[in-house]
Amino acid sequence: MDTKNLKKRLAAFAIGGVAAVGLATTTLAADPLKIGFIYVGPTGDHGWSYEHDQARLAVEKEFGGKVKTTYVESVPEGADAARVIDKLATTGHDLIFTTSFGYMNPTLKVAKKHKKVKFEHATGFKRDTNVSTYSARFYEGRYVVGHIAGRMTKSNVLGYVASFPIPEVIRGINATVLAARKVNPAVTVKVVWVNSWFDPGKESDAAKTLIDQGADIILQHTDSPAPMQTAENRGIFAVGQASDMSKFGPNAQLTAIIDNWAPYYIARTQAVLDGTWESMDTFGGFKSGMVKLAPYNSKIPKDVVDLAETVRLAIEAGTVHPFQGPIKDQEGNIKVKAGEIIDTGSLLGMNYYVEGVVGSIPK
Amino acid sequence: MDGTDILVSAALTIITAATPLAFAALGELVVEKSGVLNLGVEGMMVVGAVMAFATGVTTESAVLAIIVGALSGAAVGGLFGFLVLVLLSNQVATGLALTIFGLGLSALVGHGFVGITFAGVPSLYIPYLSDIPIIGEILFGQDVMVYMSVAAAIGISWFLKKTRAGLILRAVGENHDAAHAIGYPVIRVRFLAVLFGGAMAGLGGAYLSLVYTPLWVENMTAGRGWIALALVVFAAWRPGRAFFGAYLFGGITIIQLHVQGVGWAVPSQLLSMLPYLVTIIVLVVISRDSGRQRLSAPASLGKIFYAAS
Repeated sequence: MDTKNLKKRLAAFAIGGVAAVGLATTTLAADPLKIGFIYVGPTGDHGWSYEHDQARLAVEKEFGGKVKTTYVESVPEGADAARVIDKLATTGHDLIFTTSFGYMNPTLKVAKKHKKVKFEHATGFKRDTNVSTYSARFYEGRYVVGHIAGRMTKSNVLGYVASFPIPEVIRGINATVLAARKVNPAVTVKVVWVNSWFDPGKESDAAKTLIDQGADIILQHTDSPAPMQTAENRGIFAVGQASDMSKFGPNAQLTAIIDNWAPYYIARTQAVLDGTWESMDTFGGFKSGMVKLAPYNSKIPKDVVDLAETVRLAIEAGTVHPFQGPIKDQEGNIKVKAGEIIDTGSLLGMNYYVEGVVGSIPK
Repeated sequence: MDGTDILVSAALTIITAATPLAFAALGELVVEKSGVLNLGVEGMMVVGAVMAFATGVTTESAVLAIIVGALSGAAVGGLFGFLVLVLLSNQVATGLALTIFGLGLSALVGHGFVGITFAGVPSLYIPYLSDIPIIGEILFGQDVMVYMSVAAAIGISWFLKKTRAGLILRAVGENHDAAHAIGYPVIRVRFLAVLFGGAMAGLGGAYLSLVYTPLWVENMTAGRGWIALALVVFAAWRPGRAFFGAYLFGGITIIQLHVQGVGWAVPSQLLSMLPYLVTIIVLVVISRDSGRQRLSAPASLGKIFYAAS
C-alpha cells in the first residue's frame, strides 16, 4: 500500500466520518415532529373542542411515529392562554394550533418570541411570518340550515343561543335569517347571548327562555349539547353545532353543522414535515370539506331536503353566495346592493344584524 | 304562549337554576360554621355530578343516583377533611387542589359516559294540588331534589340555632381551643361537618347532571361551586339568606335571558353581570350591620387546630 493510496483511503474515511455525522443529524431531525394544541373547552364537550381533538387524532393516525402531539384543554382566553402557548413553544413543539378566537393576541405575542415555531390560529384575522390563520365558512352551513328552519317553523320564531358578539357569530345569525326569510318572509329570530362558549346549565336556560318566548326551532353557537337536549325534552327541533349531536336529540336534531378540521391539520403538518410551511390564511367551506352537515332528520319533508341539498350544492359550486344582495340591516339601510356579493372585509368584520333579527347587538 | 304561562315557565326555570347553588352553599355554610374553609366545593360538586350520572345511567334508578351523588361528594370531602384536619395541611391550598383534583377525576370517570342522556328524576304529582293553575306546578310539581333543598335550608337553620349539637358546632367554629378545653371533640365535629358539606355539594352536582341538564360533559359545573362559596360569605353565614341568595342569583340569571329574548336594547354583557352584582349588593345591604356581621363570621374560620395536650 503506497502513501498515495493511504491518503485516498484516509480521505475516504474522513468523508465517511462526515457522512456518518451527517446521518446522525438527520436521525436527530427525524425525531417526531412535536405538535401542540390548545383548546378553549374540555375535549369531552362534544362540540367545538371535541372536533379539534378529533382532528388531532386524525393527524396522529395519518403520520404515526413521525409526529407527537400534546394538547392542553379548558384554557381560558386571555393571560392564561399566553402562558400555556409559551410553555408549548419552549418545550420543543414545532407547530402549535391555538383553536379559539380569544387566543389571537396571546398567540401573536408568543410567536414574536419564538420565530422558529410555527403557529396556526383558528378564526382570527391577525397573522405574522410564523402565524397562519384558518377558519371555516360556517355561514355556508348556517345558510342551508336557515332554509330548513324557515320551512319547518310553525311559530315563525327561531331561537338562537349565542356566545359572544364577535363577527363570526353575528355572521352565522345573519346567514340563518337571510336564508329563513328567503323561504318564509314572516320569520324572525330571537337571540340570547350567554357570554360563554361553554356552560351547559346557562345554555340550557337560554334555550328554555327562547322556547318560552315562542321559538319552535333552536339554533346554537355555543359548544355544549345542552340546548339540543333541552329542545328534545320540550319536543321541538334544533340544529346541532360543531358536532353531530343526534345522541342528545335523536328526535330534535334537524341536522348539525360539523367542523371538519382533519384535512387541514394533516395538510399543515405535511407542510412542516416537507419544509414548505408558510404563513397564510385559509377560509374553507363546503367545497374544501371543512364544513359538513350531519344527516338530515327523517321528519323533514322530502321537498325541504331537496331544497337544502340544492342550496348546499350551489354553494359548493360557487353559484350561490349566502351574502348576495340585496341585504338590508335592521334599520332598512342597504348593506349589499342587489346582485352584488359582499366584499371580504365586510364579511369578516360583520357588525350589524340583518332584517328579521329581534334586538340589537351588544356593544 | 301568554303572559302567565311565561311567568310560570320562568319560575320553573329559576327553581332549576337556583337549586344546585342552594345545595352547595348550604353545605359549605355548615363547614365554615365549624371553622373550616373548604374551597373545593367545585371539585366535590363535579364528582357528585359524574358519579350520580354514571349511577343513574347504569342502574336506571334516580334514587340510587341521588344517594351515590351525595356519598361521592362526601367521600371527596372526607379526603379534604383527612388532609386538613388530620395531616393539618393548609386549608386554602388543599381546597384549591381539591377542585383541580375533582375536575380531573370526574373527567376520567366520566369518559365513557359522554354522549348519553339520562331519563331524569320524576316530578311530584299530587292530584288536585298539582293541577291548581299557576302555583300548582310551582309548589307541588317539582322533582324530589327541590324539596330536599328547601328541607335542608329549614333543617340547617333549625339545627344551628336550636339544637345542642348545632351550638357545639358553632362553638368549635368560634374558638376551637376553648371548645377543646371544655372537652368537645373539635376534630370529630369538623370532620362530620366537612363530610356533610361534601354530601351537599355532591347533591348540587347530582342535580346538575340528573335534572338541570341530564347529561355528562366535562367541567359541567362551570364555576357554580365558586358562586356557592361567595353566597355563603355574602349571606353572612345564615342559612336562610344563603338559600335566598341562590334564588336571587338564579332568578336574575333567568330574567336577564328573558329580557334579551324580548329584544330590549340593554347590552347583554351588562345583563350577564347582573346576577353577580345584584346578589352581592342585596346580600350586603341586608347584612350591612357590621357589628353583627363580625359576630356571624366564625372566628376560627380557616385556622388550623392542633390539640397540644
